[in-house]
Amino acid sequence: MYKYDHYDQAMVDARVADFRDQTRRRIAGQMTDDQFKPLRLKNGLYLQLHAYMLRIAIPYGTLDSRQLRKLAHIARTYDRGYGHFTTRQNLQFHWIKLEQAPDILAELAEVEMHCIQTSGESIRNISADHYAGAAADEIMDPRPWAEMLRQMTSFHPEFSYLPRKFKICVIAAEEDRAAMRWHDFGLRIVKNEAGEVGFEVYPGGGMGRTPFIAYKSADFVPQHQIFSYLQAVLRVWNRHARRDNIHKQRMKILVHELGEEEFTRQVEEAFEHILRLGTDFPQAEYDRIAAYFEPPAFETGLRDEIDRSDPDFAVWLDQNVAAHKAPGYAIANISLKPIRGIGGDITAEQMEVVADLAERYSFDELRVAHTQNLVLPHVRKQDLYAVWQALRGAGLADANLDLVTDIIACPGLDYCSLANARSIPVAQKIAERFADPARQHDLGELKIKISGCINACGHHHAGHIGILGVDRKGTENYQLLLGGSGDEHTTQAKITGPGFDEDGIVDAVERAVEHYRTIRESGERFIDTYRRVGMDGFKEAIYG
Amino acid sequence: MAESGNPLPQAASEAYYLRFRDDVPADEPAVSLDSFFEQPNAVSVRIEAGDDPERLIPHLSRVTLVEVDFPKFRDGRGFSTARILREAGYTGEIKATGDVLVDLVYFMRRCGFDSFAPDVAIDPAVLEDALSRYPYVYQHAADDAVPIWQLRHPELANG
Amino acid sequence: MKVITGNDLKTGAVIWWDGRGWSIHVEDAADAGDGGEQILAVEDAACRVNGGYVIEAERGLDGKVRPAHIKDRIRALGPTVRPDLTLKPADPDAGSWVI
Repeated sequence: MYKYDHYDQAMVDARVADFRDQTRRRIAGQMTDDQFKPLRLKNGLYLQLHAYMLRIAIPYGTLDSRQLRKLAHIARTYDRGYGHFTTRQNLQFHWIKLEQAPDILAELAEVEMHCIQTSGESIRNISADHYAGAAADEIMDPRPWAEMLRQMTSFHPEFSYLPRKFKICVIAAEEDRAAMRWHDFGLRIVKNEAGEVGFEVYPGGGMGRTPFIAYKSADFVPQHQIFSYLQAVLRVWNRHARRDNIHKQRMKILVHELGEEEFTRQVEEAFEHILRLGTDFPQAEYDRIAAYFEPPAFETGLRDEIDRSDPDFAVWLDQNVAAHKAPGYAIANISLKPIRGIGGDITAEQMEVVADLAERYSFDELRVAHTQNLVLPHVRKQDLYAVWQALRGAGLADANLDLVTDIIACPGLDYCSLANARSIPVAQKIAERFADPARQHDLGELKIKISGCINACGHHHAGHIGILGVDRKGTENYQLLLGGSGDEHTTQAKITGPGFDEDGIVDAVERAVEHYRTIRESGERFIDTYRRVGMDGFKEAIYG
Repeated sequence: MAESGNPLPQAASEAYYLRFRDDVPADEPAVSLDSFFEQPNAVSVRIEAGDDPERLIPHLSRVTLVEVDFPKFRDGRGFSTARILREAGYTGEIKATGDVLVDLVYFMRRCGFDSFAPDVAIDPAVLEDALSRYPYVYQHAADDAVPIWQLRHPELANG
Repeated sequence: MKVITGNDLKTGAVIWWDGRGWSIHVEDAADAGDGGEQILAVEDAACRVNGGYVIEAERGLDGKVRPAHIKDRIRALGPTVRPDLTLKPADPDAGSWVI
């Protein structure tokens, strides 16, 4: 994985000093909160319900053991012994003190980590396929490009005060495991007929209160022009977005208001101009970065057979392990969705177990998935049993990847100052309802996603079953949505009808799921059945 | 563009005026973009946040001062305005006015702003820290800072 | 009654105006009457509170202050899904006060 050189380190160190100074000025009363807020937000520091929250960037979801051990140390020293992985492959701590935040940034800088642009109206942490570098179906590893763009978009002077946040995602496979088209700027790496590398570009996606799926604005932007293209998109948006209503300033709204054709035309005009300025990076710099992402030294001649005699292990193997591009290796997914737990939460002790496993069994690498799970990307098949045993010892061996209990949920009203309703208790009740492993496996792939407000951090628009918490006259109420997806056939979920209270929503989910079970055809997943039959039958089953 | 290393506080019509240029400041008040086109002798022009700076490009040869207003510090349109003018070859003064906070000045300098007349005066010590904090830049902008990727590849300097 | 709340600027802890200063216990909250905004202006300027606001609350039969909105009740107690991290970790029934 990428390693900082002294330039990268100097920039991150400078940011620590910058934020230390800004924090000092705020505490000394030299700045109002109104002035300080955008500055702390550019450093991932929010004021939440119970304390400050610090969001740490995990670029393209890649971590090593040293970094995860540092996060464990921070969890113990500055927080309450745990952290929370987010749907943007980041990690956030929920009990941070403002006066200690600069010290935490200094600790992070020691292990090449930071909180730069993890919130606020900025170009956010760039996400990527969490199987990058390991997936059998990728054209190439997308992470060198993500790292390239991370650097080029860090402290970009023209785009320091954007109309709203801006999220970039890079994938390099036909299958979309990263919800690419739900981003402001989605990139898929492709090769043209001449074998040259370039990008399909998908701007204008995003969830939130007005969801849009990104459209394709370019079939092939040559690889070394992608930064120019990105700047063109950002400039069109920065100049022409509304500035009078924060809810209408995301780029998706401008794309919608101008129309895809006109937006593309303006981008192409700006692209032509910016290309001439020569701001793109050269091949030599790409090569330097890509060298860090060379595949690890996979052993050859490894056996592919796995001893399945332990039935519990066999269940985990079938559910949580994915195919790797190297013979004898596998991708091991670590579920952070135990039935009575809190999705995405991980204790300091568990972080250390996972760090040890990554170091010992996965070339010192691990990944964060946008589904709030972890991935050991390069495990020898013969080591899987030992990995599973260690995970089980740490309460991390739930065999529920992509199943009905592998629920995405935002922190909701238990932690978040924007939330209207709690998300975690709803996720817990649904998971308990469907806890029986046989039932989960019978239902197959089913993605439930829960948000505690219309900002949609829990990706409810992209859930096969989505749940949106709202405030109805001071009480929590939950709307049910069906048919969303973040895969390569991206779709937006639709609301079924009137909302439910907390117990009612669990019953409604069960009625929808049972309806699917009754009418599914052989081999159909929930989403396939929904796409075949549409909303009406489900509606009837849910509301009677 | 006329540059000086240290800002020189200048006596002008504004109460507070921070200037990074050595030449003599324009002494006529800036007019709106529409008025500028109606007044062939005008050399100072004011661009509001919603104005299209590209309209000015054909007329830049007679301009010596462009004021770019920031109605709220969160409104970042002016950053693109300055870059568009510099990319069009404009070397005269670009002044940021309005809600300009000290933490913005570093980015504004990189976009081509070379004078500042904020509503509220900036503490010089805080400004000095803010301007000298970042030792490198990651990307080209309107200033002459060399991006990190270029520093990493000195062999490309003449290519 | 009207109650003033916010977060401690330095620590982020939820705090309640008790009439003379700030307390982390909602039980200590005082009725601010119509003086809330004025108190907040002073406290904000003195950097003793961050993001302060005035809320509606009622005093229950047990004499305890109960904020009108669930959000402020969760703020007063702590996350309902982590009773161990609330202000009342030893009280298994504390969560029912929120809902």
